[in-house]
Amino acid sequence: MSSFDTYDYDVLVIGAGGAGLRAAIEAAAHGVAVGMICKSLLGKAHTVMAEGGIAAALSNVDERDNWKVHFTDTMRGGQYLNNWRMAELHAKEAPDRVRELEAWGSLFDRTKDGRILQRNFGGHKYPRLAHVGDRTGLEMIRTLQDHGIHQGIAVHMECTIISLLKNDGRVIGAFGYEREKGQFKLFKAKAVVIATGGIGRAFNITSNSWEYTGDGHSLAYHAGAELMDMEFVQFHPTGMIWPPSVRGILVTEGVRGEGGILLNREKKRFMFDEIPELYRNQTADNEEEGWKYTQGDRAARRPPELLTRDHVARCIVREIKEGRGSPHNGVYLDISWIKQKLPGAAEHIKKKLPSMYHQFKKLADIDITKEAMEVGPTTHYMMGGIRVDADTQMSTVPGLFAAGEAAAGLHGANRLGGNSLSDLLVFGKRAGEFAAKFAKENGQAINIDENEIAALAKMVLEPFERTEGDSPFQVQYDLQDMMQDLVGIVRNEEELLKAMEELEKLSKRSGKVRVVGNREYNNGWHTALDLQNLMTVSEAITRAAIERKESRGAHFREDYPEKNEKSGQFNLIIYKGADGQMKVRQEPLPEVRPDLKQIIEEMK
Amino acid sequence: MATATFQIWRGDASGGKFENYSTEISEGMVVLDAVHQVQAQHANDLAVRWNCKAGKCGSCSAEINGLPKLMCMTRLSDLNLNEPVVIQPMKAFPLIKDLVTDVSWNFMVKKKINKFKPRPPDAEDGTWRMDQQDIDRVQEFRKCIECFLCQDVCHVLREHHLHNEFIGPRFLVYVAALEMHPLDIEDRLKDLKTGDGIGYCNITKCCTTVCPEDITITDNAIIPLKERVADRFYDPLKKLFRNFRSKKNPPH
Repeated sequence: MSSFDTYDYDVLVIGAGGAGLRAAIEAAAHGVAVGMICKSLLGKAHTVMAEGGIAAALSNVDERDNWKVHFTDTMRGGQYLNNWRMAELHAKEAPDRVRELEAWGSLFDRTKDGRILQRNFGGHKYPRLAHVGDRTGLEMIRTLQDHGIHQGIAVHMECTIISLLKNDGRVIGAFGYEREKGQFKLFKAKAVVIATGGIGRAFNITSNSWEYTGDGHSLAYHAGAELMDMEFVQFHPTGMIWPPSVRGILVTEGVRGEGGILLNREKKRFMFDEIPELYRNQTADNEEEGWKYTQGDRAARRPPELLTRDHVARCIVREIKEGRGSPHNGVYLDISWIKQKLPGAAEHIKKKLPSMYHQFKKLADIDITKEAMEVGPTTHYMMGGIRVDADTQMSTVPGLFAAGEAAAGLHGANRLGGNSLSDLLVFGKRAGEFAAKFAKENGQAINIDENEIAALAKMVLEPFERTEGDSPFQVQYDLQDMMQDLVGIVRNEEELLKAMEELEKLSKRSGKVRVVGNREYNNGWHTALDLQNLMTVSEAITRAAIERKESRGAHFREDYPEKNEKSGQFNLIIYKGADGQMKVRQEPLPEVRPDLKQIIEEMK
Repeated sequence: MATATFQIWRGDASGGKFENYSTEISEGMVVLDAVHQVQAQHANDLAVRWNCKAGKCGSCSAEINGLPKLMCMTRLSDLNLNEPVVIQPMKAFPLIKDLVTDVSWNFMVKKKINKFKPRPPDAEDGTWRMDQQDIDRVQEFRKCIECFLCQDVCHVLREHHLHNEFIGPRFLVYVAALEMHPLDIEDRLKDLKTGDGIGYCNITKCCTTVCPEDITITDNAIIPLKERVADRFYDPLKKLFRNFRSKKNPPH
């Protein structure tokens, strides 16, 4: 059997984006030994890509804002499938988490009186997103990183976890490998926090990097934890679509927040054509009012471009399907038009949206201050994830915690832009705090099963021994194409059932992929291992999508195009049955606390 | 469909050589696309480090036709495809494998720099007030994506290997961001002069030239830091004057 290094921590955090870093910092602050696993180098996780901002009711720009408004916005955006307690904690605690970043060195853009500036974003009633131009995620991860490296956290860079280890029903550690030499590592831990982010690589068109293969979702599922809301995959309405090599790269909602509009090939502003009932009272009914809203007129209502992402994405798909799309099968997003309204518009755009300017100029030869961008939906975010307790973030497996995108509950059927960065901070902190507490209270000796480790190591090395079989890259491409085609933005029963058949075939192929070369920094081998996680989450998404026979939030069924009141009463839970097969069950929504119910009603 | 040839370094610390790979190219492709295509079609075990593929994470640094660049932001249409495109790992860091280098030195350097230390809050609710114009400069430095291309091109590190005596442009920018942060009250000037080795920089501006974020590294970060060090340690009048004043920030 292969040799491996062993590490011993109180709390092991898997993942080093916003949630993982915040969890590790908090756990360390509670005086326990913390190890943190980064799949890539420290500071490169997907948080770095977040553009628009962090949603927090600081009420620096509009004093009418407060946690209650943020809470109701989040619940409405999630079509009321959210865990209400998480939505409450999130709205209440986000402002403190943002201020804490400032105390750790973040430099957010400022208001005229020197406070943190906030911007408009889809589904948020008031300007709420603390931001730094359009590189807020970079500011956030760098702040956490630069603070975190002085907190005594042991960081394992370019390291991937293959399996969680359990004993007596409780999580006791994890087994993985480091990239450089391909050597195994055994991590003993009294508590484990999963903060591994999303699943975007299950789809062909995505804003996510290679890392987002649902590792945490899959690790937790196989360790016996329940997953929830897996049918809700967010397709961000605006990704780049041309040239082909940039397809999927994100175009921030901030473009629309700053006044950008969506046009079809006839140059018609199509978003006014359909306004959902839930948002009719909050949406502008003419273009001038929409423009005024983006410029901070407090009496104006938001333009329809700033409706929730699920709705905007579907409107774009409708325009394309009905033949009104742009030349490369998207629509136009135009911010350059504001030159009719603002003197010095070009400079203003460059200042407010520097990365977007740079990105289009460099990769698509388009000057966004002069011409419209071509955009289309891109797989962006997983609302579903590991089912956790709202207050402690512990999963259904003792000692196993989850936070951020890998956890479910806060966002329900659809996430509002800006609510992800705040989610990472609020629940990253909570997960770290309660994991440390769990570790202190459950400090017994840890027994690792040597045979289990040996079996894992053997399984992981099998692809090297095969002399035939597909390349792991090819199987991954085929899976991504299939998921995009059959389990994408618009779904129906027939295609979903076909997807299940295809998954079975792909599962057989993925179990027989062949890897060449040796264990040192071998991207082919890594892909072969990640592929197993992608298979698990793809199955979970498909099964849940079959089971939810209605259209709600990000889940759209053309065979059930309306919302169904009964289906609005439950979340779908995915779990591993006693027979080892994946199962789905309906779990009734927990009763909303009366005072919160009242707040929701008052703000409808 | 047109094809192009890519000459990619294959090997590890013990040695290696350039290998030629031909692959199809299409409109808008960047070097990283070509490398991925080669990896999927011809060399599954080709080592390449990347993440965002949008110029935001700074993972895919390499030397393309001899110039330090991000592979994800280098378009094939900007290269001469009649000749093989030469892709090799950064030279200033030890090679791990193929295009991947060991950049861990950078993480160790950062840890040694004194961390951010804010003045007491300005308002009773624990918050501070800062003017946008006072943070513009620092926001420029904080655009850094830590791709380490500036470290790669810096002759002090690349040619003279003074990694033990000089922190390199990336971390001079980092120190500048801390020193010029309106809230910070820590003092790093002595470290700059001694351990950080700011004197090694002779302002050739190579770092500024390669920065994919267009940070004006030399003019805006390094030269002002050099001036502060000179003021502190080499200006006798100011030194005397300083004895009558408190440490760093004037009262606000």
